[in-house]
Amino acid sequence: MIKVENLVKKFGDLTAVDDISFDVDAGEIFACLGPNGAGKTTTIKMLTTLLRPTSGTISINGLDPATQSNEVRKQFGIVFQDPSLDQELTAEENMDLHGVLYHVPRKIRHERTEMLLKLFELWERRKSYVKEFSGGMKRRLEIARGFLHTPKILFLDEPTLGLDPQSRNQLWTHVKNLNKSEGVTVFLTTHYMDEAERVADRLAIVDHGKIVAQGTPQELKDQTSTDSLEGAFLALTGSTIRDEKADSAAGIRQMAKMWRK
Amino acid sequence: MNAIYILWLRELKRYSRSRAMVIASLGQPLLYLLVLGFGLGPVFQKAGQGSYLQFVAPGVVGMSVLFSSVFSGIGLLWDRQFGFLKETLVAPVPRVVVMIGKTLGGATVATIQGLLVLAICLIAGFRPVNWATLPLALVFMILTAIVFAGLGMAIGSMLQDMQGFQLIMNFLVMPIFFLSGALFPLKDLPSVLSFITRLDPLSYGIDGLRSVLIGTSQFEPLLSIAVLCGAAVLFVAFGGYSFSRIQL
Ligand SMILES: Nc1ncnc2c1ncn2[C@@H]1O[C@H](COP(=O)(O)OP(=O)(O)O)[C@@H](O)[C@H]1O
Ligand SMILES: [Mg+2]
Repeated sequence: MIKVENLVKKFGDLTAVDDISFDVDAGEIFACLGPNGAGKTTTIKMLTTLLRPTSGTISINGLDPATQSNEVRKQFGIVFQDPSLDQELTAEENMDLHGVLYHVPRKIRHERTEMLLKLFELWERRKSYVKEFSGGMKRRLEIARGFLHTPKILFLDEPTLGLDPQSRNQLWTHVKNLNKSEGVTVFLTTHYMDEAERVADRLAIVDHGKIVAQGTPQELKDQTSTDSLEGAFLALTGSTIRDEKADSAAGIRQMAKMWRK
Repeated sequence: MNAIYILWLRELKRYSRSRAMVIASLGQPLLYLLVLGFGLGPVFQKAGQGSYLQFVAPGVVGMSVLFSSVFSGIGLLWDRQFGFLKETLVAPVPRVVVMIGKTLGGATVATIQGLLVLAICLIAGFRPVNWATLPLALVFMILTAIVFAGLGMAIGSMLQDMQGFQLIMNFLVMPIFFLSGALFPLKDLPSVLSFITRLDPLSYGIDGLRSVLIGTSQFEPLLSIAVLCGAAVLFVAFGGYSFSRIQL
């Protein structure tokens, strides 16, 4: 379903994604684990037509994101790591806009919006502007919106970041269901080993833009002779602490870039 | 089609919800109208050109359409910053369609701004020579709005930061405004200036407005319409191309 060969992305002299290759089969849940700045988001951006690779090939359901971007976009849905809501619209309007862009028929759109907003406890606030929401509510809305249509492939970029345990649970239950009943292929990234272990069929551990290991959770544990995925992760990436705030620092950097004179 | 509609609607909703911005954006045209209209009035009159308020009102309307439509495209910078741009860029809709929805939304907002300024002009004492041709003014406003919303989208697609925005303002938008004949008659200009003003699409928008509002014009109104249509096609195509090449 997803086939990546020798993918490279360079930003100037920084190699964010360094010659990675992997395959995700149809109907599989594939997790990408790695410290901050490992290149997970950059990889997802290339898979989802937002960024052109420096070199290497990608095939999404047999299509090339660089040359067949329209066709590729019909194959997937995505929950981004960073905010992507329209703050000046209400929760309901954000859902509706998404539903229209993704060709969800009006009736189904309304039914599913109601179901999802109730599931993620936003139904009472559906007429409020997103700018009035707390961080957690915004995150829940992003996720509810991601489930409004049923794609062939679902990309989830650190979907549980900033979610409370209940919503986290709802999210994974929903993902599992979609995967079982509709055969949706899932590509996710996360920081939480327990989650990866719970939902993923296979996973890849990335560090400094390279895949350092991939396989089933059990294979990775065997390979590193550890008894938890956490142990395997640390054994593979080392226990040096990465810049925890890499992502927010990136945000500030972008802000500064935007306003610099 | 639905995608165009929903993105058009989004621009209108955002506009109607930002009253403070709407009022703020009327300040500048009002200043030009009142200060220049009454301040330059006596000189203009002495030069035998009639009422400057009458002359400048269509220019001020054109100016507000220009700024409003270019800014709608530059709004992409905010969509980029707040992240919403990603949502539209991965949608299973050709990017050109997304761009057209946003452009038409921006052009509609700019036309509404133009109408508001025209209403202000009427309150300030501006009188069209012929009320019957007033609806034709709308045609020129809409065409001008589409031309510059398309240009705005092209700019917004390429801009990464506020620094670029300043450059665009000072070296593109302001020259388009000053060289359009919004503030002075295009007649009997030095030949270089005359040549440049003819390259400026806004010249035709404002001249067209003058032809229907005050009954004087430099170009044939039909020529103005043709030039505006051509520029609209060109700029919207350019905007669509730039938009479809955005990377995040
Ligand atoms: N647009 C960009 N320009 C320059 N550097 C970037 C850009 N996007 C990401 N990077 C850099 O690429 C590296 C990988 O980032 P990212 O893919 O976001 O990591 P992850 O999602 O695994 O935390 C980081 O060092 C980041 O700073
Ligand atoms: Mg990331």
